[in-house]
Amino acid sequence: MTILEVENLVARHGLLTAVRNVSFSVARGEVLGIVGANGAGKTTLFRTICGIHPATTGTIRLEGSDISAYPPYRRVAAGLAMAPEGRRLFSDMTVTDNLKVAGENGRKGFWKIDTVLDALPALKPLMKAIAGGLSGGQRQAVAIGRALMSNPSVLLLDEVSLGLSPIAVVGLYNSLAVLKENGETTMILVEQDLDRAMAFSDRIICLLEGAVALHGKPGELGKHAITDAYFGLGKQVATRA
Amino acid sequence: MLDALIQGILLGGYYAILAAGLSLMFGVVRFINLAHGDLAILGAYLVLFGVEILGLSPLAAVLAMLPVMALAGWIMQRLLFARALGSGVLLPLLVTFGLGAVLQNTMFGLFGSDTRSLGNHIGSLSWSSWQMPFGISLGKLPVITFAVAVAALVALQLMLSFTKIGRAIRATSSDPEAAELSGVNARKVHRAAAAIAVALAGLAGAFLAMRALINPYAGPTQLIFAFEAVVIGGIGSLWGTLAGGIVLGVAQSLGSTFSAQWFQLAGHLVFLGVLGARLYAAHAHHHGGWRAALKLPRTVQPRAVEEDLP
Repeated sequence: MTILEVENLVARHGLLTAVRNVSFSVARGEVLGIVGANGAGKTTLFRTICGIHPATTGTIRLEGSDISAYPPYRRVAAGLAMAPEGRRLFSDMTVTDNLKVAGENGRKGFWKIDTVLDALPALKPLMKAIAGGLSGGQRQAVAIGRALMSNPSVLLLDEVSLGLSPIAVVGLYNSLAVLKENGETTMILVEQDLDRAMAFSDRIICLLEGAVALHGKPGELGKHAITDAYFGLGKQVATRA
Repeated sequence: MLDALIQGILLGGYYAILAAGLSLMFGVVRFINLAHGDLAILGAYLVLFGVEILGLSPLAAVLAMLPVMALAGWIMQRLLFARALGSGVLLPLLVTFGLGAVLQNTMFGLFGSDTRSLGNHIGSLSWSSWQMPFGISLGKLPVITFAVAVAALVALQLMLSFTKIGRAIRATSSDPEAAELSGVNARKVHRAAAAIAVALAGLAGAFLAMRALINPYAGPTQLIFAFEAVVIGGIGSLWGTLAGGIVLGVAQSLGSTFSAQWFQLAGHLVFLGVLGARLYAAHAHHHGGWRAALKLPRTVQPRAVEEDLP
């Protein structure tokens, strides 16, 4: 069952078109990986879906409702949450308060502080710590926990492993695997590490200069095709969804 | 000298109430409200209106004025300030400068240009005091003002720390975009902050009218004092405003022991001194720290750039 539909989405930064007619849909419980080189439009696509960046044209439907005109906080209430690039924690607040902000202002549901701590046990000893003093891996875990606290039906994870040590990346993906097994939370993740993205995602979209250059299941596409699309080599668009 | 010190500390209570709203608006909304002093005077006139026209007791008039001012703050943020936000630095300054002029002239039109005071409505409170050892007298009104300032700051602190709206205010202050991504309606938070700020300005105005004479054009002077307290105490810091207010009050009080004219001048000089020291420290930090600024040899290696590792 389709939970999120993006149709012909266009977003601009001034005269530059950062997202060009991007269309895709995601089914409930699916993990969609979005890859692409720096400047391909991944983060702008996420920010546009969340309502932080205005869409020039296009439609975004969440669980059948058109949320294209909603401000960001209403999209959260509708069931969309994002762990943004750079974590963007409330750095002067404790981890507990970071989680509470999303819990108090988002949707009510399965995810509460207890259930988030079960899924992200690394947070347990950090609950009273000030978020600004945490390491990169810890901050990413808090950002994901905070996004979960709003009980999203679709969770967007921007640049999941960027800036993290290899150990932290392994720990983080173990936690995401728990969410994936749970099957309730649909995830869309932006990931620079192609191998990670291919291993974790059910489907892959490769963006090139703001447009979908490749779209399909990782096993069917193969790494060469994804790499070619990633760098804009050879045939530009091939869809095998 | 000790007496002047204590009077200065107590005066700092008034400046803290006055500055807390300005600091809150800047900390949460990133908005400098040049009409803040005029709003304080408006609060004072509303209390005078409640006492003289409606026949309320001063306490009842103050309590009635607070929600009116809060509502005014909410509406101003909704209709005026929010529209000026995001349009560069100049527009909010021009808008609030214009609002200040409108408020001054409206108050002049409604209440006239005569100086007014609440002092004659609060009985002996305006002049009576407690006699302490060493010949020190503590004015009852300054002590009450200081106590109200501390109580207001404690209440604000508790609200910010332990309530849903408080956490939303802190989150919005820290990162408005991330707050929206957490489901917080940042615009509503801004309105709530403006409501609190304007109510605090009104409260400060009421205390000003109890201890001094006011007129419709007294706002800009109060704005300067509020700015000085905020800058001395640290912009956006709640308890810093109390510290800043106390420093300003002590400076003015000690200055007045030399001469009446030194009351304001001493406060301005301390403000300039603190600002100059901050600028000097920032400049020195930019060019290699205070050691470099003082031309001392560097004995400690610069700290490595923090890595984003667990």
